[in-house]
Formats: sequence, C-alpha cells, structure tokens
Amino acid sequence: MSTVKLTVNGKAVAVDVEDRTLLVHLLRDHLNLTGTHVGCDTSQCGACVVHMDGKAVKSCTMLAGQADGANVTTIEGIAKGDELHPMQAAFRDNHGLQCGYCTPGMIMSAIDIVQRHGGQLDETTVRHELEGNICRCTGYHNIVKAVLDAAGRMKVSQAAE
Amino acid sequence: MGVEGIGARVVRKEDKRFITGKGRYVDDIKLTGMTHAHFIRSPHAHAKVKKIDSSAALKMPGVVAVLTGQQLVDDKVGNLICGWAITSKDGSPMKMGAWPAMAPETVRFVGQAVAVVIADSKNLARDAAEAVVVDYEELPAVADMQSAIKAGAPQLHPEAPGNQVYDWVIGDDGAVSAAFSKAANVVKLDVTNNRLAPNAMEPRAAIADYDAAEEHFTLYTTSQNPHVARLVLSAFYNIAPEHKLRVIAPDVGGGFGSKIFIYPEEMVALWASKKVGRPVKWTGDRTEAFLTDAHGRDHVTHAEMAFDANNKIIGLKVKTYANFGAYMSLFSSSVPTYLYATLLSGQYNIPAIHAEVIGVYTNTTPVDAYRGAGRPEASYLIERLMETAARQLKVDPAALRRTNFITQFPHQTPVIMAYDTGDFNASLDAAMKAIDYAGFANRKAQAKSQGKLRGIGVSCYIEACGIAPSKAVGSLGAGVGLWESAEVRVNPVGTIEILTGSHSHGQGHETTFCQLVADRLGVPISQVSIVHGDTDKVQFGMGTYGSRSAAVGLTAILKAMEKMESKAKKIAAHALEASEADIVIENGEFKVTGTDKAIAFPMVALAAYTAHNLPDGMEPGLKESAFYDPTNFTFPAGTYICELEVDPGTGKTSFVNFVAADDFGRLINPMIVEGQVHGGLVQGIGQALLEHAIYDANGQPVTASFMDYAMPRADDVPSFNLSHTTTLCPGNPLGIKGCGEAGAIGASAAVINAITDAIGKNNLEMPATPDRVWRTINAA
Repeated sequence: MSTVKLTVNGKAVAVDVEDRTLLVHLLRDHLNLTGTHVGCDTSQCGACVVHMDGKAVKSCTMLAGQADGANVTTIEGIAKGDELHPMQAAFRDNHGLQCGYCTPGMIMSAIDIVQRHGGQLDETTVRHELEGNICRCTGYHNIVKAVLDAAGRMKVSQAAE
Repeated sequence: MGVEGIGARVVRKEDKRFITGKGRYVDDIKLTGMTHAHFIRSPHAHAKVKKIDSSAALKMPGVVAVLTGQQLVDDKVGNLICGWAITSKDGSPMKMGAWPAMAPETVRFVGQAVAVVIADSKNLARDAAEAVVVDYEELPAVADMQSAIKAGAPQLHPEAPGNQVYDWVIGDDGAVSAAFSKAANVVKLDVTNNRLAPNAMEPRAAIADYDAAEEHFTLYTTSQNPHVARLVLSAFYNIAPEHKLRVIAPDVGGGFGSKIFIYPEEMVALWASKKVGRPVKWTGDRTEAFLTDAHGRDHVTHAEMAFDANNKIIGLKVKTYANFGAYMSLFSSSVPTYLYATLLSGQYNIPAIHAEVIGVYTNTTPVDAYRGAGRPEASYLIERLMETAARQLKVDPAALRRTNFITQFPHQTPVIMAYDTGDFNASLDAAMKAIDYAGFANRKAQAKSQGKLRGIGVSCYIEACGIAPSKAVGSLGAGVGLWESAEVRVNPVGTIEILTGSHSHGQGHETTFCQLVADRLGVPISQVSIVHGDTDKVQFGMGTYGSRSAAVGLTAILKAMEKMESKAKKIAAHALEASEADIVIENGEFKVTGTDKAIAFPMVALAAYTAHNLPDGMEPGLKESAFYDPTNFTFPAGTYICELEVDPGTGKTSFVNFVAADDFGRLINPMIVEGQVHGGLVQGIGQALLEHAIYDANGQPVTASFMDYAMPRADDVPSFNLSHTTTLCPGNPLGIKGCGEAGAIGASAAVINAITDAIGKNNLEMPATPDRVWRTINAA
C-alpha cells in the first residue's frame, strides 16, 4: 500500500492504494469520480482519458502512483458550476453522443486536441487525432462536428478571458 | 409541430448527465458489503472438466467463496434457454444441447465459465482465481462451420448429431424449380457474412443483492430489456419468483442486441448473492466481452437468381449455413430463419423464392442478434446478387433494380412478409441525385488518370421492424409476445411521468418520448419525465431491439395518452360547463372550441386529484396505462450509395462520398434519427472493411481485444450525406417505421459493390482489408 498525493479537479487529495492500482481505479473506486470509464483495458478505446498536468492521458494505462504530485482533471472538473465547458456544450448541441459511455473520454481528448492545435482544425485532422477514442454509437459524424464547433467556441471563450 | 413537438430537432434531455460524468452505469454503483466476482473461464475450446481444486484459493484472505457448475446443478438452477422454437423440414424440433451457466462437465468454447470466485475486492478475486486449479481433459474441437458438418467432425452435443441444430426451409421449392427451368439467365453467387463482435463500449456488468429477510433479490444489470430478464430468470432459471426479483437496467452503454440476452454471469451473481449473503458485483473486461457477448452474423451462403429475357427476376434460391457457436442463445434460432429468410425478397418483385437454412454448432462463442439480426445478412446477399446480375447482364445496376422494384402496395412476398407501403424509386432517385450518379463515369476516368481505381456501389435495403405482432410471431415459434406497455401518470401539479417498457441505451427516448407529449398537450418537455429500466416502477415491457421503440413503444404511450386525455377532457368539460365534444387541447390548455373559455392543464390535473368537483361517478386521479400490440411489422427501406477509391498499389480503400436516402415514415426527432443512421452505417462499413471475429482451427479466438479486432475509428470512415423520403407507415397511428438498424443493414453491400466495381472483380469477401483487396486485384 502507498499513499498517493495528487490534485484532482482542483482539490488536494491523499489516497491509500495498493501499489498495483491504476489511476482510473483510484478515480472511480476511491474518489467516486465514476465519469471516467473503462472500455477496453488495453489503452485502445480512450473511455478513460483524463488530463494530467494539462495533457490527455489514458488513466487505465498508468499506475495511480505515477500520478503522485500531479494535477489531474476529470470530466467532472471541466464545467464552471452550471456553465458547461464549450466542448461539453458542443457535444450536446451537435448530438455528439448516444449511450454516453465513451463521451467523457471523447470530451477530454477533444479538449486536448483543440488546445494542441490552437483551434486550427479541419475534419481530417480531427478524425486522425480521434484515432485513440472508440465510439460504437455515433459513427463519429457528429463527434467530429462537435469538436470543430467547440474549437471555434473555445477560441472565443479564451479570447474573452 | 411546435418547438418541442413531433418533427423538432430537440437537443437531448439526457445529455447533461453524460457530458458532465454523472451518468449512472452498473459499474458505477456500490452497495454496502459488496463482494466481487471473477469467473474462471475455459482456455480450451472443447474439454472435459475433470476436477476443480479451490482449496488453496479458499485459504486466501478476503476470499468469500469459490462456486462451481456442479453446485448450480445441486441447487437445481436451470440451464439457459433458447426462446424461439424452429422446426426442421422433416417436421422435427430443433436439436439443442444443454447450456449450464457454469459448466459442470464439458466446456465447449473458450471463455465458458466453470467456476466463480467471490472475494472482498476485484483484485482479490482475480488473485484467488489464479490459485484455483482446473483439471481439463482436452477434446477435439471444431470452429469452422464447413468442417463441423463433415462426417467424422468432433461432436459438440449428443442431442444434435452432425452438429446440426436444424435444417429449415421456407418458400415454394416447386415454383422456384419451374422458374429456373424457363430462365433466360441465371446469376450465381457464394458469399460469406463475416462473424462480428458487437462491442458496446460499456462491458456487461451485474450487481445482485439478496435480502434474506424479505427473500427478495435486486439485480442491476446491463440489459436492453429488464422485464424480459426478470421473466426468464424467474420462469426458467428457478432463481426467484417475479414478485421477489427486481431488475434494474440503469444507464446502459450501448447494446446493439448483445444486451438483450440473459447471460450466465447475472444468473450466477443472483444465485451467489444468496449463497454468500452479501451483494455480488461482476464487471466484465473487454476480453470477456469478446469471449462471452453473443456474436453476430457468421453465414455461408450459396444463392442463385433467375431472370427472364427482360431482366425481370423470376426466381431465387438460397442455401445458407448459419453458425450458432457452441450453444443456442436466447433468440439465436430466429435470426437466420424468420429475421433473415423472410427478407430475401428485398425491394423486388420476386414471384418464387425458396430458402434452406442449416444451423450448425461449432466450438465458438454463441451467436445471436446483433444490430439488424438476419436482415443485414439478407440485404447483403440480395444486393450483392443484384450487382453481380447487373454486371453479368451488362445493364446499369440502378436500372436493373428499378426494373424489378415493387411499386404496388400492399405487396405479399413469397416469404411471409406483406410490405405495407414504400416508394423505392423515390429513395433511389434521392440517393442518385445526392451522389451525382450520372457524373460518375467522368469522375472514374479522372481518378484513373491519377492512378486510382474509383468505384460506385448501390444498396437498396428493406428490413422488417416494429417487432412484432404477437400472434404472428407466436405462430412462428416465438416464446414471448412482442407488444409494449406504457403508463401515463399525471401528477396533481400537472407534471407528467411516462413509464415505458422500452429501454434507452443511447437511443434518446428521454427526449423523443417527451416530444410526443409536448406535441399532444402543448406542454414543455421539461414538465415531462420518462421512467424506464426498472421492473419495480414500470408495469411490464419487452424492451428495446429490432427498431421497435418508436413504432411499438411510443404507440403504447400514445394509446395511454389518449385514455388520459379522454378523462381529462371530461374533467375540463365539467369544470367549464361545456360539452366534452367541444373541448380541444391547445398550448397546455383545455379550451371550449370557438369560445375564450379555457382551463390550464395543471388545473385539470389538480381537479382530478382534489376530486372536489368531478363528474358524477368518475374515479379520482389521472393515470392511464395501455398495452399495444402491433398489427404488422414495419418496413423501413432506402438506398445507400457509396463512392470510393482503391489504391491498386496497396489495396487501401478511401471513401469519396457516402449518401443515404432512407424512408423511416414519420420522424419524431430528425437529429436523433440521423445519429442512429450514422452509427448504423459505420457498423455496416466496419463489417465491410475492418471487423472480423476470427478463430483458429482449434477454436482459439484470435481477436479478443481491441488490439486484434479492428473497430472502426474516426479516421476509417467518412462523414455522411443523409436525406429522407417519406411514406407513412399505415400500421401504427404515428406512421413510424423505425430507424435503429437501417445503416447496419444497408451499408455493407454498398461498400463491397463499390470496391468490386472499382477493381473490376466480383469475388471479394468481407472484411475487404487492403491485403485482401490487393490480392483480389492481383489474382490470376
């Protein structure tokens, strides 16, 4: 057992976990942040994507201990109170989700994609960048639309800040 | 239609919880004192279970129990059932071997459970499972259907000699022979419909909680049909009577058919929760999903189509081998028979059809309904045949289809189905226009100048949905009726709860079903809640599959609404001192037509519950329920056209354009309908280009993770160009046909027809991987 100290969604936490515990299980089982999902166990589907120190990571593919001292943001931590993150709003407005299971990972990956490309995105780039997130419901059509829509919204909201 | 009524693109009510991480899936639920189950699964495709030694595991701290298949037998827990009886052509019933939830004696596919470890944590259960020693005696296995039916093949079940479940026929053999004897041309085709893994993104999970004082079970499970689960668990598995078993299917992360069935794991979890006296949770991992979720498709077919001198189809004969895997899953028997062969007429006027379907056992994961269930196999076969025929007869593929379209409705096919309505020319026209079919030859020539092989492929699909009229399916062997139920509860303040037996696992019922209420009453959808997925709340229901939720489930809601409105009108008329016949409902008010007298809906609701001033003899309250049994199947149909390029150097396919023109009857929420089509199309494209659940000759699955099984990803597929043509379904009052499966049914043939057009060779099996396409291009 080890104590892992990290910041999750802006809150400092210390969690005692077995050394073999994956970050996703620390989040889900110990912190009850069940928005982060496990879809494949092999780092393929991206349902478990969270942000660690501002970058998208697959939380099923790292030990909780590797997040010691890190700043982790999950799907539960991106809205400002009742105000949705522009990516969340874009997924809703473009019907970018159906069953919702892949959605948290999609949204966390998509925010990272927009941030890395500085809002300069086209469909081909979005499709290529989403390669590590699998969705079985939407056929990706509306997810791609949502990401492109959000890229514009995030630019606007960053400019306003 | 109103901003939130029928036909409006209303943003989904359910989305907020999903986009904020507040969805509540089974694995998110924790119960006090909960234990965790880990199943011990056979690594062999066929073996005797000689001995299970759990002594070391039981000594490990935190291990609560190790339970085996023999204990299920001792406790008289029933075997899994197949709920649709099929009769072979010789009049004999289908031949089935027993399927115990955990195998006490013989395992017949890799992944079949033999025992379960129950422990304080998931990791402890896994660790202990490593310490359980299972002594297997390996037996010869057979995974391939063609090998399984040969003399001398390993036999799976003594009940099914030759590994044959049934040999079933439909249609008029004599009429077909007569047609072929006078045919001007005969077109022949052999096709394989590749085995698929459904892969809903949420792996299956179950939590069972036994209350000893009440002798009552609660089961949280990933189900598309919780009431059917309760019925089967109670009536056949001897676990608990229905009134002592509550089944809850909370948020469910996709189903695609795979979550219709009642699986061994939830049976065992229920049984084990009573044995250990604590809640038991099981959450599958992805490899368990590949090993144990019912697979789809897996047909091998030879078909021949006879044409007269005018290129009119005069006969069709089909022989299909359907792989059922090692056991007959819940609805498996119906899939290659009544859900497949009854659609073999496609969109065409075919006077004589005969089909023979041979069901085969193999040492593989059981096969059952997966999105489309039989209809994709039928559509793929017919549309490949039409394209093959056009090439052989040297006519335009679209023109050949037009020559043979059914244009008069209703149309009785030779294979049971009576198509009620449709306009196949309209959807073909719309798709051809959308893709500029006329300009294709120029584009092909341009592509050729750049070294690319461009192809175009048409697929005109039809399916039977709205499953299904209970009397009809009963006469065909179904063990259940396929009606739907609904209840409308108006609260005293005028808010409305709709309880439905349909289950939403991505389809957006919480929005579309509210839109019907908004449309009828003129109340905002924020005043309406949809309640589903809990057998303690909803009276009964047959669940969601077969594109039935709108055509059947929503019609049940409509019927209940009509009853509620009728009573509400009486209350309003009494309050307004008017005649009931003069009351109209507009914008949330009950009005006396032609006057300014009105009473708001909440006041009607309040009057119903205060009961101070109701018409004489009227019961208080405002709550009505209905059961709706459809009168016919519905027949969504449409045309998909795919244009793509093949790189002859690599065999790689790139999409240029993909258009879909669907006739779904009335659309409640076009945004959600489009989403259903997008998703279905990608599952169809996935089958055509990427997906294949493969076994080696010994029955070892080669594709048991997303590292091996090629799921379609965002950069594998195009954006789509969708349109709708509409003929209203006459079979239900809303005119709805259903939209959930169309994409998966129609897309595969469009893709393969386009690739074979591009490369100029007709024989190409799915999935058309670059390697396979390259080899086909370069074959002698």
